[in-house]
Amino acid sequence: MLFDIDVWQEIFSTIRKNKLRTALTGFSVAVGIFMLVILLGASRGLKNGVESSFSNESSNSMTVSGWRTTKPYKGQNSGRDIEVDNQDFRMLGKRINQIAAIAGRTYIPGDESISYKTQFGSFRAQPVHAAYKELIKYNLLKGRMMNSEDEKERRKIAVIQDKVEKSLFKGENPIGKFIEINNTKFKVVGVFGKTSQNGNDNGTIYIPITVGEILYSTRGELVEIGFTLGNITLKDSKAIEDKVQSLLAKSHNFDPTDKSAIWIDNNIEESKEFVQTFGAIESGIWLIGIFTLILGVIGVFNIMLIVVKERTKEIGVRKALGATPRSIVGLILLESIFITAVSGYVGLFAGVSLLEIVTRFDLIQKMSPDVAMFFMNPQVDMGVAITATIVLVITGAIAGFIPARRASKIKPVDALRDE
Amino acid sequence: MIKLEKIHKSYAVGKNKLHVLKGVDLHIKEGEMISIMGSSGSGKSTMLNVLGLLDIHDEGNYYLDGMPITKMSEAKAAELRNHTLGFVFQSFNLISFKNAMENVALPLYYRGISRSKRNKLALEYLDKMGLKEWALHMPNELSGGQKQRVAIARALITDPKVIFADEPTGALDSKTTEEVMEVLKRINAEGKTVVIVTHEHDIGEMGDRMIILKDGVIEKIVDTNHK
Repeated sequence: MLFDIDVWQEIFSTIRKNKLRTALTGFSVAVGIFMLVILLGASRGLKNGVESSFSNESSNSMTVSGWRTTKPYKGQNSGRDIEVDNQDFRMLGKRINQIAAIAGRTYIPGDESISYKTQFGSFRAQPVHAAYKELIKYNLLKGRMMNSEDEKERRKIAVIQDKVEKSLFKGENPIGKFIEINNTKFKVVGVFGKTSQNGNDNGTIYIPITVGEILYSTRGELVEIGFTLGNITLKDSKAIEDKVQSLLAKSHNFDPTDKSAIWIDNNIEESKEFVQTFGAIESGIWLIGIFTLILGVIGVFNIMLIVVKERTKEIGVRKALGATPRSIVGLILLESIFITAVSGYVGLFAGVSLLEIVTRFDLIQKMSPDVAMFFMNPQVDMGVAITATIVLVITGAIAGFIPARRASKIKPVDALRDE
Repeated sequence: MIKLEKIHKSYAVGKNKLHVLKGVDLHIKEGEMISIMGSSGSGKSTMLNVLGLLDIHDEGNYYLDGMPITKMSEAKAAELRNHTLGFVFQSFNLISFKNAMENVALPLYYRGISRSKRNKLALEYLDKMGLKEWALHMPNELSGGQKQRVAIARALITDPKVIFADEPTGALDSKTTEEVMEVLKRINAEGKTVVIVTHEHDIGEMGDRMIILKDGVIEKIVDTNHK
């Protein structure tokens, strides 16, 4: 039946007879599929964009920093500043079993002056533990990252970001060269690319925390303590948050229920929420797309009903001449599937092409760079395209089925009556 | 060829039942040309529908070519119509987007005969009707008489035993009426049973017997003594 040239000829001749009507019907299906593809592509682009701007931070990490109490506790007034320090760093590392890697970060008091030969720049120089590299998703470009030997031996080494390399070294290979930070020479051992801290600043330099403590005589206070937790559920991470809160409350003598005393940044929560949010957005988009598609299919359904009505007489004649109900059902059904499949394919092709053009020529970047940051590589994968095609054929069949059934029930007697 | 015994047929009209055929007995012999006549509402169209397997009778016995016709599936009825019966309608009922040849070939399509074979056969039948050079014309390019001759060719192509013609000349002028009736007579002369439903007396008289229907029963049968 499917490959019978006569069947197709019948279908084409009816389509040819009603070009405009067929085109309009097909158009509604094509628009439906086009919208579905564009929406899915856009949601994918949004997901890619936001994911890439989030992805610098380890998604299974947590950071803790001091803040300010809001409740009086054991004779102490509220409004007291809390600072985390090396003691907390060691204590948390010991008391929380799930920690995979833990590191602290401190600061360099006063203005930093950083230079290489005659080049100066203003960068963020941060004394950190060697394990700090576990907390940021860095991208090592040259040399190596800081290791525990550097930390233990208090080596004056620096790991610099590519932005720093660019503005200080002007194309020179920085590995093994010395830069000056507040008049102390540090040997550059590595260059990295993106990190969680790459905002709009000029770049970051990491030096061993042990060196920083001696040079700048910080007394062991830390800006933040960060740790990674291996594979962990959201619920367990919440329990760890509570444990950190109570441990630090004890050591710093603040109310364990005072959530403002310290600041806990739970990336596990964030990333899980992020995944959930995008799941919701994507299913919403599917819903909209499918409803658009349903409208198109209803259009086809409607048209096929009219087609059957118009062809009542013809169908009656065919039956009188020996057409079986099955052959009539096949005729109508195939026409419906044909219209939906072809026009759906046109919509699919148009949608995919548009996304392809946008990606190929980086059109979003050119039109609106701000948006582009949260919008990367909008595309639909093959799976979606194939699903959409299958959905089309099925919906075409559904749209055609009832009209086809109705056609097959036409009695030649009624059809041939001459009024 | 056709034997009717106490055929009853009624239709549901709203809640009421309209009793159209009220016990019709008839015997049509092979090779006969029969006209069924009657005023409108006499039940002649219903009778043709029952005879042509387009509708099934409620009561009584109908034997077509010796075979008892009972309630059957649509597919089976379609097959029987295709193999034993040919139809000619008042309004021709050609399919408008098919040319004359394709229209004639259509019954063979439902018999599963290959395209080239059925088109060849269709040309032969059109030739018999004197329409060979019109084979590739669409129905709207043909005159009424030509259309009806195409329809007759279509009815004949399956080599049926019986041809049913429902007011075959109703839409034709007197000259073309004559032509078409000549064709039907010729077919009859070649051995086919022909059943014509008409309300025109002069058309009815061309049959071997005239069956006059009135109020769902046969009022009388007139022998025209052609044979």
